[in-house]
Amino acid sequence: MISMLALTSLAILVTMTLALIRATLGPTIFDRVLALNMIGTKTVLLISVVCFLTQRNDFLDLALLYSLMNFIGMVALLRFSTYQSFSDEGVE
Amino acid sequence: MMSVLDLISCMFLVAGSFFSIVGGIGIVRLPEFYSRMHSAGVTDTLGAGFIIIGLILQAGFNLVAFKLLVIMFFLMITSPSSCHALARSAMNRHLMPVLDKKPDLGDPT
Repeated sequence: MISMLALTSLAILVTMTLALIRATLGPTIFDRVLALNMIGTKTVLLISVVCFLTQRNDFLDLALLYSLMNFIGMVALLRFSTYQSFSDEGVE
Repeated sequence: MMSVLDLISCMFLVAGSFFSIVGGIGIVRLPEFYSRMHSAGVTDTLGAGFIIIGLILQAGFNLVAFKLLVIMFFLMITSPSSCHALARSAMNRHLMPVLDKKPDLGDPT
């Protein structure tokens, strides 16, 4: 079972590397934001799998927190790129 | 030999990692932004769901399984929403999808 979890974490690391290649290459900024979103989701999965590998149950709180922060960061970035401000005064 | 629960959990983990790798290959190799969004959005959610279900089957019936269920619920809701917001923002900035040319049909007369 340990080897199956190690294989899963290896597959997640390969996917994060591929997304990082797209974040470096991507001609538009939206490609880079898409790759960033994918890296964030895979980080949450990697932390959950490592929690089971090392038998420490505290890592799941980190995974939950990071998934929330990933979502809020994405929404803030897109709001800034659309309206050029973070606050509510610039938004109609 | 592993028990039945371990075997089913291994199958879910293998399926989840397969979908994740396919999504990663798609985001590198596809030709334009909206098609890359297909591969990133769909396989992200699917691979995450399978991997977390595989981990829940390992964990037994306690607080760890409940926390994993909450993580899966969050990922299932926030991942498609942020992809939709990204696509709408790209449309607002006039990034148009590259469509196929329609075939030139001759005059039917």
